[in-house]
Formats: sequence, structure tokens, C-alpha cells
Amino acid sequence: MANTLARFGNALHSGEKSFGFVPKRKLWLGIATLLVLLSLLVPVVKGGFNLGIDFRGGSEFTVSDVATDDVSVGEQAVGESAPEASDVRVTAIAPGTIRAQMGELTDDQTLAVKDALQKAYGVSENEVTSSFVGPTWGADVTRQALLGLVIFVVLALIGMALYFRTWKMSLAAIAGLVFTVVVTVGIYALVGFEITPSAIIGFLTILSYSLYDSVVVFDKIRENTQGLLSRRDSTYGEQVNLAVNQTLVRSINTSVVGALPVGAILFIGAFILGAGTLRDLSLSLFVGIIVGTLGTIFVSAPLYGMLRLGEREIREHTRMVEDARAGGSAGLQRATAAEDGLGEPAENQQAEPEETPVKKPQFTITVNNFSLDDSTQDIDSSSQSESGQK
Amino acid sequence: MAQRSPRKKAKSALGGMIAIVALLVGAVFTSTLIGGSWGAKLALDLSGGTQMVLAPKVNGSEDNQVNEDQLNQAVEIIRQRVDGSGVSEAEVTTQSGSNVVVSMPGTVDQATRELIQASAQMAFRAVLVAGGPEAQTGDAATPEDELPQPTAEPTNGSDSNWITADLRKEYEATSCSAQKSEETEAQNPNEAVVACSTDGTEKYILGPVELNGSDIQDASFSQVSNSTGVTTGQWGVNIEFNESARQKFEEITTRMYQLYGQNPNDPKARFAIMLDGDVISAPVTQAVISDGNPQITGNFNEQSAQALSEQLKYGALPISFDIQSEQQISATLGANQLKMGLIAGVIGLLLVFIYSLFQYRLLGFVTIASLVVAGVISYLAIVILGTIMNYRLSLAGIAGLIVAVGQTADSFIVYFERIRDEIRGGRTIPSAVDHGWASAKKTILASKAVNLLAAVVLYLVSVGSVRGFAFTLGLTAIADLIVVFLFTHPALVLLTRTNYFGNGGKHSGLDPRALDAAPVYRGAGRFRSFAEKGA
Repeated sequence: MANTLARFGNALHSGEKSFGFVPKRKLWLGIATLLVLLSLLVPVVKGGFNLGIDFRGGSEFTVSDVATDDVSVGEQAVGESAPEASDVRVTAIAPGTIRAQMGELTDDQTLAVKDALQKAYGVSENEVTSSFVGPTWGADVTRQALLGLVIFVVLALIGMALYFRTWKMSLAAIAGLVFTVVVTVGIYALVGFEITPSAIIGFLTILSYSLYDSVVVFDKIRENTQGLLSRRDSTYGEQVNLAVNQTLVRSINTSVVGALPVGAILFIGAFILGAGTLRDLSLSLFVGIIVGTLGTIFVSAPLYGMLRLGEREIREHTRMVEDARAGGSAGLQRATAAEDGLGEPAENQQAEPEETPVKKPQFTITVNNFSLDDSTQDIDSSSQSESGQK
Repeated sequence: MAQRSPRKKAKSALGGMIAIVALLVGAVFTSTLIGGSWGAKLALDLSGGTQMVLAPKVNGSEDNQVNEDQLNQAVEIIRQRVDGSGVSEAEVTTQSGSNVVVSMPGTVDQATRELIQASAQMAFRAVLVAGGPEAQTGDAATPEDELPQPTAEPTNGSDSNWITADLRKEYEATSCSAQKSEETEAQNPNEAVVACSTDGTEKYILGPVELNGSDIQDASFSQVSNSTGVTTGQWGVNIEFNESARQKFEEITTRMYQLYGQNPNDPKARFAIMLDGDVISAPVTQAVISDGNPQITGNFNEQSAQALSEQLKYGALPISFDIQSEQQISATLGANQLKMGLIAGVIGLLLVFIYSLFQYRLLGFVTIASLVVAGVISYLAIVILGTIMNYRLSLAGIAGLIVAVGQTADSFIVYFERIRDEIRGGRTIPSAVDHGWASAKKTILASKAVNLLAAVVLYLVSVGSVRGFAFTLGLTAIADLIVVFLFTHPALVLLTRTNYFGNGGKHSGLDPRALDAAPVYRGAGRFRSFAEKGA
């Protein structure tokens, strides 16, 4: 099994196997747009988000002097007297005191619940008090969180544009981010879970994860396309696609490793514990990690390819490469550009001279229109025999 | 010393890792001596705490009723007061549209209780007379016939005509060192009053209120810098008045600066800042301030400067709170949730371990060890932060830490995949590790920068539980970086210089044969074909 994925990785690395993330960009971006629109529709169809008591406030009952701290008694009483009540939480807040919280009730319901709680716990009328509680996650929390988000996204945009030396990567990464967050929220709404502070925290985590994931893949794209325009062995689109393919195994491994613990929490949260922090948080994260990874490879990368392929310089380069191929000289091409991304770390050269790669003639083999570009892979003549000495 | 070999560098990096862990363990141990513990502090949902019902009242208004806006402001003030850093995950909400309910982990100490109750009736008055805190009785008192009599209507806040004979008598009879009464009587804002300083070292006769707490836009504290921009090591408090109060403040400082010019020791050159009827500070006006941004300097240390700036900042609202009830509450989430959450975390981690062993064979053990080290330093940091800044773990926080496993492991995955790429390219394994690291390092730094940026911005800007979340996010990102640089990479460097890993043993996860590492060029014009490779 491990070998299967490793072999898969080998094939992806060489370009032997390749998925058309960039060539079929219009298809992927079309599907993505559709999914975003559908996700936006979900809350509309369902009549808005199902916001929890933390955002809207609700009714609260306190039962004092109870003989038992058993919360299930209260849950049952509330469930029977006000079946419409949403987000019912019954907790023993102190020995002998039970608190029941739920979405806002009408006056009649309030009386019914009060009565039911009183009977269920066998206390006198005075021991049950009811009140309306405001949101713990108030407007100020939301406002500041949104402000923080906007500042973060803008700074991340600028930072990425500086690091990658192109704003097009920032733009593509943000598109992936929007896709990820909208679709994750859409799926969350579709499942019908209530939006709680835990879920919001989950969405925020996903937001940062999505950008993070894009940076990892984009860094490979940067490496693969560096100095490309001075070579004639492959087109820009091919190199972007190759980069996504080469990082595909990493993307799969990362999302599996990220999703496994979250999946375990989700499983236990949803099937054993029921509604609560763990379930809400893990669902938003589980969906988000998978959607975020897909967002990078099916939205950010193809979009970046599309943005760049429209540039005149790159169009001309692509034409030249294609002309060269048509002319039959594509098979043997001498690579000229030094590959910065795989350049020799200077500190190691002196320490281990035997490792200085010997430059050999380099070849490219064209398979399925993709080139195996050996200029990126210095062939190390002093291969395995010497490594044992160290 | 010339270039150090990678092996030596790796060893010193590992040494650094050990030093960091030892330092953290030492810090936790030290904190246990002063009352800390080896356990992480738990938040409200897991360990219970104290719930207080607070009734806000608007000072000066007839019925003491608060409207919705004021109630929301009250929530914000209380949130700042009990959990400014957001890391203790206190819950602040409203009840019945009139009360503020605070739930915070642990027990409430007297300082917090006072901070919560602190009334916010802040006023600025000019000092007319200042003196020692003792009451002047008997011979020391001014004889009846020498008591001052106002000769005219006072013309400005610093006019001595505010002082009546009765006021003078009240001033002389007042002793600031005496026990302060619980209830401060209402002071008429339009008349002169007698007041003490909060520390009881001075008493004053003050003119009418000239500016209010609501005129303050913001307040902060910083080190004082002199005209050349060099910090003097002194601490100062910076006030920022809002637009409408600037001109008034300029007029006041112009007047006082003139008095200061005539006699630097004239008490009338001082401007008193009053909170709740007591003078918290009475700085001497040493300049005319026209931009509304004065700085108070003097005998501040960092703590006292911070305290005053906070009083100024949150004192800007005329709302005070009565604690109506205070009760201990048990954990809002059952012990069941914590137990199940931890079980889920352990299962998840085991799955990750199994998966990485499958994917990376023996190299998977490096992943596992790295995750364990990351877990240990995160835990120690949480314990220390719990002691220093009351950082508390909620169930959501624990889930966040479990999720961080995925992102931490990603650093290793990025790194290992790069190494494999290099081996596929035909490098020897030690060489592949060096080259793979050079490129993986860049990617890891760039991507973690995104996480750190998110953490820092959200921490600085947001409030409440979002802040707590941002803190955890940043904490794990830093732990992750430390582990990758000081543990995973050096461990790999050392491992690949052993015979087994260096030669790509069958189960090392680096076996060149399994990675198709046969050189593409086989000499004499022969190329490896892909058909051959698959075989």
C-alpha cells in the first residue's frame, strides 16, 4: 500500500503520470464556481444560518435546591414541555443547582418549561427562576474578529506578493481561500448543525490552513518556473501543472494526516457525545481540511496558471516551445538555465566535496506533451558507493 | 573555525533542542515552587469557576437604568477588565436586558473584584489648594476670622474665589489617612470640592469639573523619550483627548502654564484627575498642550504607568457595577467530554503514527518522535503561560492542539517529500537530505509565516475567545518551527549518516530502488524508458 503511493509519487514526479490541473483549468474553475454558488444558496434555501444561543441569546432557567444533579431529568422535562426549544443545554452549575439554557421561548413555552422543571426536580415554585440571557458571543466579538480577518488577509496578500514576486499568486491564493471557506460553511449549513463559537473558530482555522496550503504548493511552482522563460524545453503551463502534480503526494499525505485526528474527534463527537464543542469544531475542520486541499489544487493553481498564461511574454514562450517541438528538435535539448531552487547550498560544498554533482549532458524526454526536465536533477555520479564512508 | 560539518551542526542543534526543553522544564519547576503546578490550567467549560451577576448603573442618572447601548458597552468594559488578553476564556454575557453575567475560571481574587466594581466616574478638576493628608485641628486650624471669603464670582476653574469659609473648614477637618468611607458622597460637578489622593498622601481643594472621563479618547503608557528621541528610562502615561475636548484642554493648560511660569510650586498649576471621588493623579502643567495629547510623567514604574493608563482608558465610561450575586459553578461540560475528547485525540494520533509508518517506513519514527517533542514543548509552554498570564485550556483549545498535529506533521511531510524528490533525481541520500532541506526550509518558513501572521493579527485585533484561539494557533506554529529546525532536520542528518539509512535500507523509507532513482541517463545514448521503470 505504501509502495503504491510511493510509486504513484515517482510517476507524478517524473511527469509519467499527470493530472490536468492546469490544462483543464476551465473545467475545474467552472465546477468550483458552481460549488461556491450552491454553497451560497444553502443558507438561503434553509432560511438563514442556524445560529446558536451564544449569538442570539435565549431563555435560561435556574433550579435551586435540587436533590439530584442528574441533568437528563431536566433535558427530558424541557424536551417534553417545549419540543420546539432549540439548543437545549442543561448543566449542573453547582451542587444542588441546575441550569437549563435554550433558544428564546415564547411566554407560554416559558411557563410550560418552568412548570415541567419544577415537577421534574420536585422543588417548590420559588426555586425555579427564568430569565433571558444575552449572547456570550456578542456583536463586538464578531466585529473585532471580522476586522482582524480583513487585516490578516490584506497583509497575507501583500506578504505573498512580495515573497513570490507576483501579485497573481496572492490573487489565486485568495480565490482558493474564498472557495474553501464558502464551501466549508455551505457544507456545514447543509448538515444542519448549529453555528456555534466552536464552529466559527473552526472556520478561522480553515482560513489560515487554506492560505498555508496554497503557499506550500505555490513555492514548488515558483521553483519549477524559475528561469523557465530562458529555456525551450517546456511551457509555462506544463511546469505549473508539473509542480502541482509533484506536490500531489504531499497534498494527499498532509490532508490525510490532518484529517485523521479530526476525523476521530468528529466520530466520537457526533456519534457518542452528540451536540457540543467537539462535534461542531471537528466537523468544520474535517470538511475544511479536505476542501482546503482541493481548493489549492483545483482552484488556486489552475487560476494562477490561467492568469499567467494570458501574459504576452508567456504566450510567446509557449509558442516557441511548441514550434520547437513541431520542428522535431524537442527530443534533445540542452538546458541552459541554472536551477536556483535546487542550487547547491554553499555551506555543504566545502564540507563534503565528494557530493558536488558532476554536470553531465542533460536530456529531456517528451512524454504526453510533458517534458522530463533533467536540468533540475543533477545526476550525481558519486552515487551510492561513497555515501557509506561518511 | 572553518565550515562545520553537517553532523556537528546537527549535534549542536539537537543540543539546542535539549536546552529549550530543559529550560521549559526548569521554568515549570520554578513556578511550582511559587504555587504553580505541573498541570495545565483548565478553562470554565472543563474546570468550572465563578459566576457573577453584575448590575450596571449609570452614575448621575435618575433611575440608574442602562439602555441597550450602555449595556453593550458594559459588556465590553467587563470583558476587558476580567480577560483583557482573552486567554483565560472568560464568558461575558447579559441577562434579562439589564445585568451583565461574568463567568470566569477559578476563583475571583479581591483585585479582580475591585476592578470589576470600579466605578468609572472620572473627572478633571483644577487644584486650588494642596497639602499634607493630616487634619488641621486646634491651633493648626485657621482661626474663624481669617477664613477666606470669596470677593467675587469665580472667573475660571483656578480662581481662589471658589473657596468658601465652609469649604476651607471642611478641608482642614479632613484627614486622608483615616479609614475611607465605603460610600463616596456625590460631588457636585459645578462646585469646588475637597478630595484626597487615592494613596492617602495628599489632600486638595479642587475647582469645578472642567473635563470628564468621556472626553478621553484613549490612553496608553510608554517609556518617555527626550527631545532627541532617546528614551530616558522613565515611564509616562499618554492621554489622548477627543476632538471636542482639545481646545478646552488647551485653554486649561494655557492658564495653568502661566501660573506655573509665575511660581513652579504653585498648587494651582496642577490638574487633578479624579476617579470615584479620589484624586488618582495631579500632574503639574509644564507646557501648553494644543494637540490634546498630553503625557504624564513622574515617579512611574511600568506597573503604575500601566495601571493609570488603564484607569484612564476604561474610566472613560460613566458606568459602575454592583455585584449582585457570586457563586461557584461546576464545569459546564461534563467530565465525559474531556475524557472522550482525549480518547479521540489519542486514537487520532495513533492513526497518524500508523499512517506515517506506512508511508515513510522507519522514517515515520522520526515523524512520531518529532510530534512527541512538539507535544511536550507545547504542553510545557501552556503550563508556564497558565502561571504567567492565566492562559487556560478549553475543550476547543484542546481540539485545536490536536488539529495542530496535522499542520506540524505537514512540515515533516513537505521535508520528506523533497528528500524523496532529490533521491528520485539521483542524489545520494545524505546529499538529498541537504538539498531537500535547503528547499523545504524555504517552503516551511513561508507557510508557517502565514499561520503566525494569522495568529498575531487575530490576537491583536480580536476580543474574547477568538483571541484565545489566535494565541493557541501562534503557540503551536512556533513549537512546530522549533521542532523542525532543532529536532527533525538534525535527527535526519544524523540518521542518514548511518549505514542503514545512508544506503537507503529496504525499510528506511528512502530506498532509492523503491523511489525509482535509477539515473535517467545510462550512457551510450541509452535512455531509461518508462516501461522499464514500472517493471
